[in-house]
Amino acid sequence: MDIPFSNTLLIMNNLEKPSSTNHNNRYIIIGVSLLILTILTVWTSYFTATVGVSIAIALAIATLKGSLVASFFMHLITEKKLIIVILFFTVIFLFALIFLPFSDTMNNVGIPNDY
Amino acid sequence: MSTTEHSRQSFWRQYIFSVDHKVIGLQYGLTSLSFLLLGFMLMVLMRWQLAYPGEVIPWLTFVVIFILLGLGILLLSGKSRPYLALNSLIFFGIAALIWYFSTGEERLPGGIMLPEFYNQLGAMHGTIMVFLGVVPLAVGAFGNYILPLQIGAPDMAFPRLNMASYWVYFIGGTLMIISFFLPGGAAQSGWTSYSPLADINTGQTMWLVAMLFIIVSSLLGAINFIVTTVQLRAEGMTWFRLPFFVWTQLITAFLLLLAFPSLQIGAIMQLLDRVAGASFFIPAGIIQGGKVLEYSGGGNPLLWQHLFWFLAHPEVYVLILPAIGIITEVVTNNTRKPLWGYPAMVYSLFFIGFMSFLVYAHHMFITGMGTAVTTWFQTTTLIISIPSIIFLAVIVFTLWGGSIRFTTPMLFALAWVPMFGIGGLTGLPLGLAPPDIHLHDTYYVIGHFHYIVAPGSIIAFFAGIYYWFPKICGKKLNDNLGKVHFWGTIIGMNLTFAPMLVQGMAGVSRRLYDGGLGYDHAQPVLFLNEWMTWGAWIIGIFQIFFILNIVLTLRKKSRSEENPWDATTLEWATTSPPIAHGNFITEPFVYHGPYEYNVSVNGQNVPYLPQHKKMDIED
Amino acid sequence: MEIPFTVSERPDTGLTNPKFGIWLFLASEVMLFGSLFSSYIILRTGSLDWPVQSDELNITIGAINTAILIASSLTMVLSWTALKEKQFKRFKLFIGLTILFAVLFLVLKIWLEYIPKIHHGHILSTNTFFAMYYLMTGLHALHILGGVVVMIFFWGPGSKMWQTNPDQFVNRIEVVGLYWHFVDLVWIFLFPTLYLL
Repeated sequence: MDIPFSNTLLIMNNLEKPSSTNHNNRYIIIGVSLLILTILTVWTSYFTATVGVSIAIALAIATLKGSLVASFFMHLITEKKLIIVILFFTVIFLFALIFLPFSDTMNNVGIPNDY
Repeated sequence: MSTTEHSRQSFWRQYIFSVDHKVIGLQYGLTSLSFLLLGFMLMVLMRWQLAYPGEVIPWLTFVVIFILLGLGILLLSGKSRPYLALNSLIFFGIAALIWYFSTGEERLPGGIMLPEFYNQLGAMHGTIMVFLGVVPLAVGAFGNYILPLQIGAPDMAFPRLNMASYWVYFIGGTLMIISFFLPGGAAQSGWTSYSPLADINTGQTMWLVAMLFIIVSSLLGAINFIVTTVQLRAEGMTWFRLPFFVWTQLITAFLLLLAFPSLQIGAIMQLLDRVAGASFFIPAGIIQGGKVLEYSGGGNPLLWQHLFWFLAHPEVYVLILPAIGIITEVVTNNTRKPLWGYPAMVYSLFFIGFMSFLVYAHHMFITGMGTAVTTWFQTTTLIISIPSIIFLAVIVFTLWGGSIRFTTPMLFALAWVPMFGIGGLTGLPLGLAPPDIHLHDTYYVIGHFHYIVAPGSIIAFFAGIYYWFPKICGKKLNDNLGKVHFWGTIIGMNLTFAPMLVQGMAGVSRRLYDGGLGYDHAQPVLFLNEWMTWGAWIIGIFQIFFILNIVLTLRKKSRSEENPWDATTLEWATTSPPIAHGNFITEPFVYHGPYEYNVSVNGQNVPYLPQHKKMDIED
Repeated sequence: MEIPFTVSERPDTGLTNPKFGIWLFLASEVMLFGSLFSSYIILRTGSLDWPVQSDELNITIGAINTAILIASSLTMVLSWTALKEKQFKRFKLFIGLTILFAVLFLVLKIWLEYIPKIHHGHILSTNTFFAMYYLMTGLHALHILGGVVVMIFFWGPGSKMWQTNPDQFVNRIEVVGLYWHFVDLVWIFLFPTLYLL
């Protein structure tokens, strides 16, 4: 390591050293946000809208909440690339698991099982 | 662990509840081979019925044969090899099971097979072969034993989890066997357990409980394999220096990890349908025997099929990918040439693993899916055939121009190529919806998948056993017995499975206990039933040479060299068998790729360059 | 030879073995609960007489339980940061709170939801909605129970590792935390699906 740079790196390291109190505050803020979003989820559910809109709103808020939990509580936002890549493919397969069977049964929605 | 600590380990900790991947691999190997034998025996009973429908099954002959085999092992092992002698219990156990089948009025009354019992044999043959035989052998045995050695690791990442996964598998397997003895017998709704039949048929509950255990075992193992392969590679073992066998185990582990949960859920739901009166898969107003059953209804039988096949399609790649890995090791070693197109093989692996999640409903073409959905699955299915072709092509190109050594493992590996070719090609008409309408649920399907699993995977496993036996036991199996075993097996397998393709094209349905006897369209091809039964007999008889070979080899005192095949991969860089704890005396450092055969170093030809030997290769 | 990277991170992946292992396990759990959601969609869209869910389930209790689980997720991550700051007593406090919240969740679920419903005659065999409700929330509750057992172990006898191998102990708590946050995440989707839609 070149001597002229070592001091700079030392200073940089100290500046960048994450203070745990900051992280704790961040977690508390996320926690409170999640509680607020929960109230929001329940509140929006009382407005009768079309089925599609209700599902979209509920899913959107849930996805936002889930992203907060995953990104911050589960530290995904600073996680190593390998984990992100594996989760990315997992989500693709999850979509396949949800949409492929549904695309089949969708053809027969509303048709009663009569003999 | 020092040698003194090691010798202080009790018998139980060393051999029964061991956390050493080598011991666990051998446990998996012995258990899975026993289940393969059991599954084979169930099929022999079926094949007798198919060849001679309604006639007396010579169960006593089979009992005697197995008792004699057990006695033979006892005699040959002698007092000097007590653990080898214990293996005779497997044969006595199977003999006892066949004898049990002959008792009572529900299976073979007067020696004549009841249709319900035929169905039990069919469902359990499939279940045992797939879940208790092939996968545990491919992954639990070969993977567990060889993978840490090939990457230069001291053990798996999670040794206790490894032990747990074996014992959970053992429990699941035991439950499956117990199911034969319960009232109503074992599962009899096919290994595919379609609802609503499986929801109300006998024998299914224990099958489902056993599956829950087996699936947990697979999940624990999958986690271990992935973490081990990624994290415990020795220094210098970069990704593209890994033996291809390791790559196949890695992708297989991902398939198990991400696909099995859907069957876990399906199994729980079917179990709840059976024991808690739920209606996950039961439609409203379902009638059995003229009576309306008391279910709330509202369920969807096709949901079972979606959940089942979401696993079961990736599962078939679990059955074949480790086999392709084994074949690659044996072929490169015995052509004395590097693998032609290593990157192509790896990328094909990724591709096939990815696609395998998107093709599953080609098993459901006749369920009334719409045209859009059918087109999706048909298209993805044809696309997924491409990587398999790449695998075959690369192996053929590797053979081209090589100095082929016709060792016993190589015989099996060479035969594998055309056999897997037939298996794969016969899959194409099934992957296209229009011909599948005609071929679905016929013997054509059975012929197709047996070609892939029997002269496919099983042949590959034989290649692997002959190849790695000296590594595991320090002695090579006898070549002459091996060649006899090979020829008998390959001829027997073709005689058994080729006629299935013919019968299927003629329209003979699968799962018929009389082999098509009652159908006009089957009459012209009925004679093939006897041929196939003879084929099965031939396969069985020639396995005796294999068992004999193992017993005699284990019995003898003389040992072979540590690297009798002049192989390059890391498992051959240590003692045979590898030292108990830690595998390698000193941690290996990897300098080369896995298949540096006949390469030039300092102007001189080096016949084989072990991965851990420091030498510079010139191109 | 020791197994490497059990506590230290492997340089090229940046991961310890247990951290990698738990994420793989969670990936399989995504597929497990994903299968349940997929089945739910199929059964509900294919049904002619699916009950109005908010009539059958108590949204207030569900919302309270959601808040409880979110709070427990917060206390869980705070117990981990406490360990990283070498505050063992704070760790015990926060993981103890997590356990209490989790037990409260189960108590509310069993006593205020399951038992009244069973007395009312609403069981698995009543209709497909209740079958899915019991299966989905029941499997989730089993996961909570499993987490509670592990957390009690680490609050109690397992915490001795803090003296013998503090780095490994911190990592283990992080691993437990990841599992726990995932259980919370599943409920975040379960609650609107079963109670609100």
